[in-house]
Order: sequence, then structure tokens, then C-alpha cells
Amino acid sequence: MDSAAIIGVGITKIEANKVRETFADMVWEAVNKALSDAKMTIDDIDNVITTSNDFWDGRTISCMAVSDASGARHKNVSCVEGDGTFGAFYGLSRVFSGSYGTTLVTAHSKGSESVSSLITNAAFDPIYDRVLGMDMISASALQARAYMHRTGATPEQLAMVSVKNHGNAKYNPLSQLPMDITVEDVLASEMISDPLHKLDCSPVSDGCCAVIIANEKRASQYGGAPVWIKGVSFCSDSYFLGDREISKTASLTKAAKKAFSMAGILDPAAEIDVAEVYDAFTYQELMWLEAMGLSQDGKAGMNLEKGVYGLKGKLPVNPSGGLLSGHPVIAGGLIRIAEIVKQLRGEAAGYQVEGAKRGIAHGVNGLCGQSHCVWILDREK
Amino acid sequence: MPKKRVAIVGTGQTYHKSHRPDVNGQELINEAVRRALADADLTIRDIDAVVIGNMDHFEGINYVDCWSVDGSGGIMKPVIKLTTGGTTGSTLAIGGYHLVASGFFEKVLVIGWEKNSESDTTGAITTAFDPVWDRLVFAGAISGLAAEAQAYMAKYGATERDAARVSVRDRKHACNNPHAQLRREVTIEEVLASPMLADPIHLLDVCPRTDGACAVIMASEDCAGKICSIPDWIWATANRHKYTYLGDVNWGELDSIAEASKEIYAKTGIREPGKEIDVIEIYQPYSFAGIIWIEDLGIVERGKGAEYIWSGATDMGGELPINPSGGVIACNPIGATGLIRCAEAALQVMGKAEARQVPDVNFAISTGFGGCMWTDMLLHGKRKPDF
Repeated sequence: MDSAAIIGVGITKIEANKVRETFADMVWEAVNKALSDAKMTIDDIDNVITTSNDFWDGRTISCMAVSDASGARHKNVSCVEGDGTFGAFYGLSRVFSGSYGTTLVTAHSKGSESVSSLITNAAFDPIYDRVLGMDMISASALQARAYMHRTGATPEQLAMVSVKNHGNAKYNPLSQLPMDITVEDVLASEMISDPLHKLDCSPVSDGCCAVIIANEKRASQYGGAPVWIKGVSFCSDSYFLGDREISKTASLTKAAKKAFSMAGILDPAAEIDVAEVYDAFTYQELMWLEAMGLSQDGKAGMNLEKGVYGLKGKLPVNPSGGLLSGHPVIAGGLIRIAEIVKQLRGEAAGYQVEGAKRGIAHGVNGLCGQSHCVWILDREK
Repeated sequence: MPKKRVAIVGTGQTYHKSHRPDVNGQELINEAVRRALADADLTIRDIDAVVIGNMDHFEGINYVDCWSVDGSGGIMKPVIKLTTGGTTGSTLAIGGYHLVASGFFEKVLVIGWEKNSESDTTGAITTAFDPVWDRLVFAGAISGLAAEAQAYMAKYGATERDAARVSVRDRKHACNNPHAQLRREVTIEEVLASPMLADPIHLLDVCPRTDGACAVIMASEDCAGKICSIPDWIWATANRHKYTYLGDVNWGELDSIAEASKEIYAKTGIREPGKEIDVIEIYQPYSFAGIIWIEDLGIVERGKGAEYIWSGATDMGGELPINPSGGVIACNPIGATGLIRCAEAALQVMGKAEARQVPDVNFAISTGFGGCMWTDMLLHGKRKPDF
């Protein structure tokens, strides 16, 4: 793979309800943070990719709301609908195609203005599934149960993910839900959809993330600290839940293998120093780690119990607090990339993973992880 | 210079119709995909990645990239969704170009589709605009187009009759295209006598709503020549989505197509587009645009659009035929429409346009239009780009 780097990141504070801010206000904030982080001006940006979703935004052509605020007026611009990691992939393609030296990628969402159950119900087949009242939470509950049945993962292990991530969030000033909680607190929280308790689920959030990608030549031109892109891949599984083995994630395994092979990584669990994965629900963190080969199949819960994924563990997972501590949909995966960039630059302050040289960021599209995008980032070129 | 030069090696379109109750969305998509694969003599196993798009609120299906895999063939492949409103189809084409040019994928399947019969098109489009400032006074796509036409008429004195001439042209051309939804010639008098929808736009000036899908296969220079004897090389892409608010638009001129075309001409060394381009498939959703936007494209001087249209230069057999397919006025499955322009331009370059073939096409332009007076554009060529 050619060399390219992420040279600037900007994340808004993640909040339950940014009642005073429009989509454009959030994008403006994140873009300016990223530009200042990269020591660039908007004139140094060759092209722009925004990432949004018409359903979550309640707007047709949702990208139109942020074309001004992302500085795209006299530039080439496009819009990916899906998780921000996919937007970043397209942004990287436009650099590798030789058309542009730098790409600004944004992703935004305001959960506070959305009705998650209706919006995710609209992702189900309109003839067979939608009338059953399925939504993201009920589908994920089915998947959680299937995963627990197959691997023997326990409710306590799931709860420990929540305890760890909300605990990590205490050190992340942008996080929405820093909390000191116990396994008992999680298990005693309201049952949302068996086996998922309220504290097994990520919250409704508003937020935006911006990331600047540059080719090799431009990466070192502005005085910022580049973090290098070593491998990236995405893959989609079947659509109907019944057509998949939902206790496993074949598409993530395939995407991760490709990304690791691009990065020349032979033993992911040993060679990755830090991971930010799409933990929309507690069980997902464990499932995704196994699917990516960062844990043996069915062993992630036990590893977690041993402290492997803690801030001081062998492979810290979601040191930022993850999505469980703040989940602006669409921006979720792009924030994972930005958090890995901070870690590899040594700028994560209270949640810094010591000596982190190489990290993995991960985003999800669709129901129960139908489609995944995996990024391997490295401090060294 | 791109890492890999990119060519279109196959295209497929569905039977486009106002209402396709015989198929669901996935089946409609599959119809276009199978035709594109057959055209390129490939199977779905040869495809490395899928790019798909539509306008979500028309069918009411969220995460279309995920939902559509049974039709698109994207199972256990990389699938990505791009959506930019009316420009979606051309945005997809530009996306396919970059995914191949980057070296990430060798063969990419690009799919645009829409089942407009399932939508409240105007209701959905109205929600594209700012809920506080624009939405309450804006009635779907046609009101913006009417504003543009009025502004142009006030500045340059063009008439409804001039616009009707464009509609007559496109509807005549459509009779040569088996994929066009509306294949019936009309007269200027019929256009002018048709119901007034939004002054000065009559019913026969404007595009219909269509169910349809289009698929295009793009391949890198490493394999394009092996897949087909005359690939359609993509020379350059450019776009401008300049405005968020309607009040910011420079009504009466299409700034976005002017800026995008200048970028493409500069990239490729085109100095006299009117002479160097052999055919244009322009996303022209209503007749007045056929006069206004050729000025912004640099084909004719400002204010001379109508005269050029009346000269017959843009008719089949003229010096620069525009919309040999019949264009958007004859067929408009919105998420596919821009990609159909791209596919039709490709057919012209490949010499596969049958009854609508323009002779000796070396360069073709395809465009997309949508959003808040936005433009996407591709330059297609018979020769492999030398840069």
C-alpha cells in the first residue's frame, strides 16, 4: 500500500443534547479543531468527504446541511452514507487516486433529534421484518444471546465491559458518560431487551468528528504530527439475520485479515498496542475482538476478567471510554480513528496507553454488524 | 497522475417505467447488475467492490447498502454507499473512479437505483432544505428550477418557446432509446399547451418520476483492455456542491457546472469544448436548463443558448448532439439518473449506442445535477489518457 497519514483530528464534546447547535455548528467546530491540530487552513484542503445519514438527520440529502460548514464550497466534495470509517476510506481512496493531496473527512449525528427505534426499524426489510417491531436494540439482544449461548460468555463479563469503558471515560474530557459503576450496578440496571440491561447499551448522543488525511508528500508539510495508515479494509455480510451466523462476524474477520496483511501484521493480538472498537453494546466489544483475531474465539470475556483489556492491560480496548460512554451514530467509527491517532501521538493524557505504537480502529454499518471497516494505524511510516 | 487509469467496461440498465410493481428494490437492482455483468462478460465473482446509492427517503429504507446485498451481489465484499441527492448517480460514478484509480480495487460495480413510485418525491425533497429558513417556503425541486428559469428569462429574454424546443429535441431523441421511459415525440405547441406546473415550467418541460436502476462496471488499466475491445476511459472528474441555502444561489447561472467544467477543461487541456467534445449527456431535469447550462459549460457565449438550440446543433446529426438518450426529461429514476448519463456517455464512446449512436465519438461529457443547484461531471474518452 502507498503511504498516507492522518495529520489532523478534531472531535466535539459528546453530549446528550446539543440543543444550541445545528449540524453545521458541530461540523464547523470539529473541522476547525482538526485544521488547527494539523496546523493547516481550509485553503490547504484539496477535497472534502462528509459522512451523514438521511434517516438519522431527518433530512433528505443530509450532506447539504454541512457543505458550507465543512468548507467545501469551491472544492470537490462527496458524501458517504454510513459509518465515518467508510467515509474516511473513500477520503483515503481520493488521495491514493492521485486526484488530491489532502482530504478532509467529517461525520456527524444528533441522536437527540432522532427516534432510534423508528430509524433502525427502517433498516429492516419492509415486508418480512419491519412489522415485527424489530429495531437495533432487539436485534442486538438476539445477537448477544446467540453469542453468549455459543461461547459461554456470562452477563457478568458483559457488564465488565461497561464498568471498564465508563471508568476509562473518567479520563476523557470529551466523553458524555464518565461513571464509577460496578458489575452489580450494570446487572441491576433496567432490562431493555433481554439480555441487555440499560448499562449494556450505548447512550443517545450528539457529536461530530473531523479527520484530515494526506498523501506522503503533504503529510509532513504543515508541522503537525502524522500518524500513518498501514492497512484498511471493509466488508459486508448477508442482510437477513437468518442468512448469517449472527453469533460470529465473518465479514469483520475477512476485513481484519485483509487490513492486517496490508500492514504486515502476522500476530494481531501481540502486535497491536491499543484498540478502539465499535462497542455500541457491551457484548459487541467481546465479539468484535474475537472476530478480528485480537482474542481467541470465545475467550474475550475471560481475557477481560484477567484485565487484558484495561487501561494498563496487555491490549487496552476503548481507553477513551468507547461508544458506551458516548455514541453519536455515523461519527462513532471516525471518533475511534481519531482516538487511536491521539494514542499513537501520545496525546491522550489521562487515558494514554503507555508506549502505544500501533493501533486498530473499527467501525460498523447496518444491523448486528453486517458491514465492518478496519483501520490499522502506526506511529512510524 | 492517477495510480491506475480507469475505464468503464460494461453497463446495464433496467426496463425503466413509471411503476414497476413486478419487482421489489433488490430485484430491480439485480436486473441492472446482471445486465452490466453480461455486457462485460464477467460474473459477480470477478467484482472486487460495490458502490451503491439512492435517495433514502424515496423508498423509506435505511442502510440501503446493507439491505441491497441480495440484489447487488455484495455479500462478503466491500460495499459502500454514496448519496448526494439528484447528483447521487454521478457521485457514484466518481466514487467508482476513485476506488479503482487508488489501486484499492481492480473491478468495481457501481449501482444507482430508485423506485420513485414508492415515494412522495416532492415531500421528501422539501426536507433537504434548512428547516428554519428554507423549508417552509420551498416546494420541492420544481420551485428552484422555476426560480432559475425566471431569473434567466429576465436577464437574457429567452422564452417559453425556446425552452419547448429543448423538450422537443430530447423527447424526439428518446424514441431511439429502448431504455427511455417516455418515447413519444411532441410539438412545441403541445409543450406550451401542457399544464403549467410552476411558472414558466409546463408539464412537458420537466422530467417524470421513474422506477429504474443502472449498473456500471469500472476496471483498472491492468484489465480493462482484456475485458472489452473499446473501453470508455475516464479522463477526469470534478464537482461542485456550492450551496447549502437557497438564498445564496446565483439564480440564472449555474455556477457549479461552470466551475466544474473549467476544472475538467484545465486538467485535460480542452480549450474549445464546443468543438472538442463530440457528445454530451447532461443531467437536464427541465427544458430551460438545456439553454442556460450549455452557456455555463462554455459551449456557447452567455445569452446565446437559445439561438444555438434553434440552429439544430444539439440535435442528432448536429455538430454537438446533446442527450442522444432522450435525457432526464424522458426518464428519471433519480438515484440512477446521473449514472445513466455516465453509462450513456460510455456507450457513445464504446460505439454501442445503437440507434442513438453519434458517429466518431472521441470525447463525451456526462453530468449530474441536484442538491442546491449542484453539479458533478465526468469526461469520457476513447483514447487512454496520457497523463
